[in-house]
Amino acid sequence: MRPVYMISGGITKFAKAHPDKDFRLMVKEAFDYAMDDVPGLSRDLIDGSVCSYFSDHFTRQLKAGAMVQDYLGLCPMPSRRIEGGGATGGLCLQAAWEAVASGRMEVCIAFGFETMSRVNTWKGNEFIAHASDTNFDYPVGGFYTGYYAMMVHRHMHEFGTTVEQMARVAIKNHRNALFNPYAQSPAGLSIADVRSSPMVSTPLTILDCCQMSDGAAVAILASEAAAERLCNRPVRITGVGCGTDAMRMADRPHGRVILLPHESEEDYRDLKYPGVHSFRGGRTAAKLAYRMAGITNPVEELDFVELHDAYTSSEIQTYEDLGLCRYGKGGLFVDQGCPFMPDIDYGSDAPARGERCLPVNPSGGLLACGHPVGATGLMQAVFAFWQLQDTVGKHMGNETLRVRGAKRGLIHSHAGTGTYITVTILERA
Amino acid sequence: MNRNAKLPETEEGTILFNTDPIVIRHHYEIDYIHSYAQDSPFFAGLAKKKLLGSKCEACGHIYATPRGHCMECGAATRWFELPQRGRVHTFTTCHFGSEAFLKETPFTLILVEFDGVDTLFMSRLIGVEPDEARIGMPVRARFVRNCKFRPTDVYFVPE
Repeated sequence: MRPVYMISGGITKFAKAHPDKDFRLMVKEAFDYAMDDVPGLSRDLIDGSVCSYFSDHFTRQLKAGAMVQDYLGLCPMPSRRIEGGGATGGLCLQAAWEAVASGRMEVCIAFGFETMSRVNTWKGNEFIAHASDTNFDYPVGGFYTGYYAMMVHRHMHEFGTTVEQMARVAIKNHRNALFNPYAQSPAGLSIADVRSSPMVSTPLTILDCCQMSDGAAVAILASEAAAERLCNRPVRITGVGCGTDAMRMADRPHGRVILLPHESEEDYRDLKYPGVHSFRGGRTAAKLAYRMAGITNPVEELDFVELHDAYTSSEIQTYEDLGLCRYGKGGLFVDQGCPFMPDIDYGSDAPARGERCLPVNPSGGLLACGHPVGATGLMQAVFAFWQLQDTVGKHMGNETLRVRGAKRGLIHSHAGTGTYITVTILERA
Repeated sequence: MNRNAKLPETEEGTILFNTDPIVIRHHYEIDYIHSYAQDSPFFAGLAKKKLLGSKCEACGHIYATPRGHCMECGAATRWFELPQRGRVHTFTTCHFGSEAFLKETPFTLILVEFDGVDTLFMSRLIGVEPDEARIGMPVRARFVRNCKFRPTDVYFVPE
């Protein structure tokens, strides 16, 4: 394995619908943006691509990746599609990392997209629910918000997590997005706004859930030699990890916690793990990525996190999987103000900021940026890249979301009820 | 050769939502010939008002939702009859849902836990108001009389 760098990124504005652009044109826009940011990179220096999109149903087109490849002018270079539900983008980034780390490619394009507006929202939910066991789960009333609602009820039961803590996650992410011109649903919210919005699946209201989106994102990865030649501020990928769990939530074991370096058995004597309240795939992905990057205490050694907040509840669950706090303390992590940006005014329902600060989803996350599935994990890579390059101001047109002095960030991509999860660590080179 | 060959005109039109860009309705549907394959005995069991799970005799793991091979050790499992009384492990009431289930909303989903069984079973809970469902609530299985060979042939009611 050899070192791998991210040298550029681009995204489209995420929106409920972009009827004026098909998936090829959206990727083309993100690709051109990324190419313009590294003027030294000409097409003949690209060795191939990896494509990320989740659903042939949404696209109404099989092998859509091949159509993007030709639209971008990348034929006859090597390419393939990566698919793994909600984690498709994260898996795609790691596949591009593998292509460069192995020496197969010097420069690899990771591109991703989803056009979810082509069906109505409830048909879209039906498509997504087909990513649950179609013999035993889908026919019972398959609905991902329902699955996550069952998980968080158990999380509340085990740990005392509250709907107000979840609402504060929505407040944080929607408020951050007010300063992100790429975000789909920026807003200033209160706890009352979140709790009085339409109930989807108890206890999750519509503001506890991410929305369907059209969008695309591109990340360009390169070897050390290529990165030095092409980019004056490359960002190194220092850790990659991936974990899995059983497709059916009902099959999850109730065993022992998988420990991170800063935890001990004593911390979790009575906890049955992962049950349906935690994601051992996420914990496994974090453990592998931390080991590769040499991280032993993540909350101390990371400067920001972009994680897969498809639901306010899953953001809280994920703090714990990533070891940002102990299992059971995710709600408290919110109440202590840790994941909020230090200088943004979140209104009167936000917690007071304590000493510890680790901004989580400074971009606005899935809740406020949107979740065009195949683009989402790559969107996180692009936002993290801009933070670590210290170019947030240049790309977003304002510096509000800049994490000052950011040297190391984590991105986290998540599928199903925790079936595939990736964690990737990026560092200022 | 016929240089005046012409396609016959039809009277079918296209449903048009917009003209700039042009957005049309595209219809698509599928009937699968779906086999439950090794899961079939579970669905046959529903017709006999039995709830069948899987037991691994190699490592002792016991599954409420059946699987032909053990997830822990890989050995073939054998079928066994689950108790028809359990408890609510967790729950939610869905006020929206996938298009196919929208007409059934609100409905309550539960994961059921059974004594001595290592994993859970997803089902519907009926006979309770949304705010009456509770974790730990004792529930009992019931079966539809006219079996449809779907997992919804079994459902749960409060004890």
